[in-house]
Amino acid sequence: MSILVIAEHNHQSIKPVTLNVVAAAKVLGDDIHVLVAGTDCQGAADAASKIDGVSKVLKSDAPELQKRLAENLAPLITKLAESYSHILAPASTFGKNVMPRVAAHLDTQQISDITKIIDADTFERPIYAGNAIATVQSSDAKKVITVRGTAFDPTAAEGGSASIEDVASEGDAGLSSFVKQELSESDRPELTAAEIVVSGGRGVGSEESFDMLEKLADKLGAAVGASRAAVDAGYVPNDYQVGQTGKVVAPQLYVAIGISGAIQHLAGMKGSKVIVAINKDEEAPIFNVADYGLVGDLFDIVPELTEKL
Amino acid sequence: MKVLVPVKRAVDYNVKIRVKSDNSGVELNNVKMSMNPFDEIAIEEATKLKEAGKVIEIIAVSIGPAKAQETIRTAMAIGADRGILIETDAPTDIGGVEPLAVAKTLKAIVEKENPDFIIMGKQSIDDDSNQTGQMLAALLGWSQGTFASEVEIADGKAIVTREIDGGLETIELKMPAIITTDLRLNEPRYASLPNIMKAKKKELEVMKPEDLGIDFTPRLSVVSVNEPEERVGGGKVADVDELLDKLKNEAKVI
Ligand SMILES: Cc1cc2nc3c(=O)[nH]c(=O)nc-3n(C[C@H](O)[C@H](O)[C@H](O)COP(=O)(O)OP(=O)(O)OC[C@H]3O[C@@H](n4cnc5c(N)ncnc54)[C@H](O)[C@@H]3O)c2cc1C
Ligand SMILES: Nc1ncnc2c1ncn2[C@@H]1O[C@H](COP(=O)(O)O)[C@@H](O)[C@H]1O
Repeated sequence: MSILVIAEHNHQSIKPVTLNVVAAAKVLGDDIHVLVAGTDCQGAADAASKIDGVSKVLKSDAPELQKRLAENLAPLITKLAESYSHILAPASTFGKNVMPRVAAHLDTQQISDITKIIDADTFERPIYAGNAIATVQSSDAKKVITVRGTAFDPTAAEGGSASIEDVASEGDAGLSSFVKQELSESDRPELTAAEIVVSGGRGVGSEESFDMLEKLADKLGAAVGASRAAVDAGYVPNDYQVGQTGKVVAPQLYVAIGISGAIQHLAGMKGSKVIVAINKDEEAPIFNVADYGLVGDLFDIVPELTEKL
Repeated sequence: MKVLVPVKRAVDYNVKIRVKSDNSGVELNNVKMSMNPFDEIAIEEATKLKEAGKVIEIIAVSIGPAKAQETIRTAMAIGADRGILIETDAPTDIGGVEPLAVAKTLKAIVEKENPDFIIMGKQSIDDDSNQTGQMLAALLGWSQGTFASEVEIADGKAIVTREIDGGLETIELKMPAIITTDLRLNEPRYASLPNIMKAKKKELEVMKPEDLGIDFTPRLSVVSVNEPEERVGGGKVADVDELLDKLKNEAKVI
């Protein structure tokens, strides 16, 4: 049977993580369909049709799908699921919100946050903040899966020429409605897709001092991340949080500044290719995972580093 | 209003876990167990709503071993009025009671207790599933406000601010609703000694899965559990110049 990927998009274009999920789908089979559910989402559907390896795009265009409310989206995915063996979405807040609802409708035990596909029924997923890796085999007829984007190299955004088919929405469930959103605006790369991430922790000390990290990030073309402590203290918004219960990143270079290296933080960045740690406490656990540790005061080191780049 | 708060007994967040030598799971013998941190946030939120006069009764529910009674007592010491334990010896982290089974069990409890809404954790820190609340909402046909950092209950509606990947989003939910907590919702209080004493006298009902007719057979069988690949770190540089040199010429990442 075919595989259905639920695209994450902003109606006009496809979010990069969708390419990682298609890459995971390719391991499972070669008839890959992508659902683009939104409002005035022709742009996103066109983009999805160009993804390498996609054979069909299902476009569901309706006002009640604009804000991705799980109550409206899950019935649509559930209905489409009939024709598919595997239904995949990114393990982003979008996928995490909607997919368990689909799984419950299908009486299926979802497999969350997979990092490896062994065969059509068997998957690896991190548990306990990534301190153990479980290999699980599903006995359900259909698999409902969320995919950890960083574990699969993205497929090419161009090269495909899939057909686009319209599918009807299941309507407005009338259970929830959108009020407002406050999105963080930034010209920097998206945290989970960035080649370089500069992250700050409690040691940075204030919202103002985070400017220092932003300057360094701009020099490096990097995204800015943070520990939970920095978010809780209000230095940066919640969407900067890297870790077990925040975002998982795996850039080429991760620079941890004033971060101690709690297991919950390591869970979100241990997969980075190269890790730099800047911390004044030479015993800080972050040094155990760092390729290049620099012991010292971040208020001296960060400006010097920015200056010398 | 009546609120249900599911609370899970899980490994304490400070514990550095070890994989069992036969690779069947994670070693939980002689390991400190606590209430799942997100569930503490849930019980705190319910308690605040009670203090604000919006809630009259808080029921804490747990599915787990006999020792999960301690978890329910902790919830009572914070603010739960009574508790229900669905007792099972099956593991609750992996290869035992899975989120779908937990959601079905909670649905059965909801049908008995008729709560007006449910507040629960977004994620267990052992299985890291992040599923149960959404599944329960689907099974009940209720609305859901996941990853909440702010909750307001008024006029038969819930206004929930959610932590999403791009920032914050506010949605309005028709009641009854399910709300799952994120870290910024509140800071759970420490239970006071008098409240810990009072908690011991609160009503705690113990049931078996069979009493509710729920099948706990797992859908995911555990093939193996392994240690992650160990990262070799510990390298040090003396100063910024050496760091830049290494990043350029050794790691070649800038
Ligand atoms: C349920 C739960 C979920 C969690 N999820 C996450 C998560 O997703 N992500 C996450 O990050 N955390 C998470 N945490 C929190 C985690 O346990 C730690 O509390 C947190 O990561 C600590 O952040 P920190 O390293 O910035 O702060 P601290 O541990 O306080 O470390 C600050 C560091 O800064 C250094 N420092 C201070 N001043 C300077 C200076 N001038 N120059 C250089 N170094 C300096 C100190 O030496 C110290 O090492 C979670 C916790 C729980 C209970
Ligand atoms: N065994 C359980 N007993 C009570 N509540 C649970 C149990 N398992 C999960 N939950 C609830 O569901 C939430 C999400 O868990 P999970 O889907 O396992 O990540 C937890 O924070 C709890 O509120």
